[in-house]
Amino acid sequence: MRYSIFSLARNAASRHENWPLAWRSPEPKRSYDAIVVGGGGHGLATAYYLAKEHGISNVAVLEKGWLGGGNTGRNTTIVRSNYHLDANEHFYEFSLKLWESLSQELNFNVMYSARGVLNLVHSPADMDAAIRRGNAMRLNGIDAKFLSRDEIAAWIPELDTSPTARFPIVGGLLQPRGGTVRHDAVAWGYARAADARGVDIIQNCEVTGIRIECGAIAGVDTTRGFIATRKLGIAVAGNSSRLAAMAGIRLPIESHVLQAMVSEPIKPVLHTVVSSGAVHFYISQSDKGELVMGGDLDFYNSYAQRGNLPTIEHVVSACVALFPSFGRLRQLRSWGGIMDMTMDGSPIIAKLPVEGLTMTGGWCYGGFKATPASGWLHAYTIARGAPHPLNAAFTLERFAEGRMIDEKGAGPKPGAH
Amino acid sequence: MLLIPCPWCGPRNQIEFTYGGDATLKRPPADAPVEAWFEFVYLRDNPCGPHDELWLHSAGCRRWVKVRRDTRTHDILASARPDQALPGGET
Repeated sequence: MRYSIFSLARNAASRHENWPLAWRSPEPKRSYDAIVVGGGGHGLATAYYLAKEHGISNVAVLEKGWLGGGNTGRNTTIVRSNYHLDANEHFYEFSLKLWESLSQELNFNVMYSARGVLNLVHSPADMDAAIRRGNAMRLNGIDAKFLSRDEIAAWIPELDTSPTARFPIVGGLLQPRGGTVRHDAVAWGYARAADARGVDIIQNCEVTGIRIECGAIAGVDTTRGFIATRKLGIAVAGNSSRLAAMAGIRLPIESHVLQAMVSEPIKPVLHTVVSSGAVHFYISQSDKGELVMGGDLDFYNSYAQRGNLPTIEHVVSACVALFPSFGRLRQLRSWGGIMDMTMDGSPIIAKLPVEGLTMTGGWCYGGFKATPASGWLHAYTIARGAPHPLNAAFTLERFAEGRMIDEKGAGPKPGAH
Repeated sequence: MLLIPCPWCGPRNQIEFTYGGDATLKRPPADAPVEAWFEFVYLRDNPCGPHDELWLHSAGCRRWVKVRRDTRTHDILASARPDQALPGGET
């Protein structure tokens, strides 16, 4: 059923008790033309674009838990393309363009809100770097605007912009088209649209092994039996190392926990996304009214999907330093997600050294905003057997070849990106 | 909160420590082939389960500590001086 004002009115007449299920829950078939491991945004988007752009609809998405229960439901919902290096700029801008029309594309309201993303600048060196990045963005056709301290003070009165602030603000780089998207709706929207094109979405089905014959993918062993396929795409960021190990591949990745948290819900107070690299902090207000905030990794290897209190204390103290009035709020809850931290801070969307095996992963902090482009390009790579120009740089081989895409120039230290 | 048992100072709060990563990596000899250096610098086993890792007691005795910690639960299973083997041998 197509969602519209008419379907809403029709279902209102029957007290919303007769809405059809948004997607089926089929039994797995014995074989598929392609299998995608991971029923988060990236895996579901991969399946959707395989069916829509490449006509490959005999596809299964295998999810060990429930749809969107991993990082798709654990991020801070921010989308932006304010990167510096060409490969990242083009990739994330492609993603942002897909976000802008995604609700229409999927016939599902993902609540894209172009409320702007503001990176605060606290020192002259910070300002030089921000202006350089803003100019690089504008040269690539991406919107960027530098705001003075006075402009920021008028725009965000809650922010402590006084010269005596703990972290004095001297300006900020704004990307007006950046903003937020309702994260759960992304998984549900892609799932529904993929299902409508014939994709089988199979939840509670964990991949336990990858079968390789004569150097090529033959299928996967799962908790619901063996399923044959020649094309296997991995979209399990956080657990990419574990899946790749099933195919005998070691990745340049460490898994780390990244925490986020929300305050109690309050009336609208913050109308944009504010972040500060210097104090390791970012914040926005959800449509429910909670202030959503996050900071750095916990900085140790983890698959636990929960972190420790010192990181939360750091985030909250940064929040109170920048927004003193928010110190009156109580914290409602916190959670953790597991990040694939790569050795250069950039993702891997590429063929792996087994025929028929591809992955999209290595997202570090940047996975949610990449969802549509990641799925689009992963599907392209699976269908064509070769990368698109937009993901040609995001190979696994770049680490051995010395072609790192290292935004911060931090070197091969996963926690540093 | 991680309570890390420093072999010199006893159990201490994680905020006194700086993480040093995988303790099982072996630095190759200077004349090793480039592939060996690539593996040492870039590739990680990244296990889901017991992980042998290094922590620097940077706000304490400033010495390195070897810790075995379960990455699924954050439980600390053992610790030792970096030149000593952890109980139970290599993971």
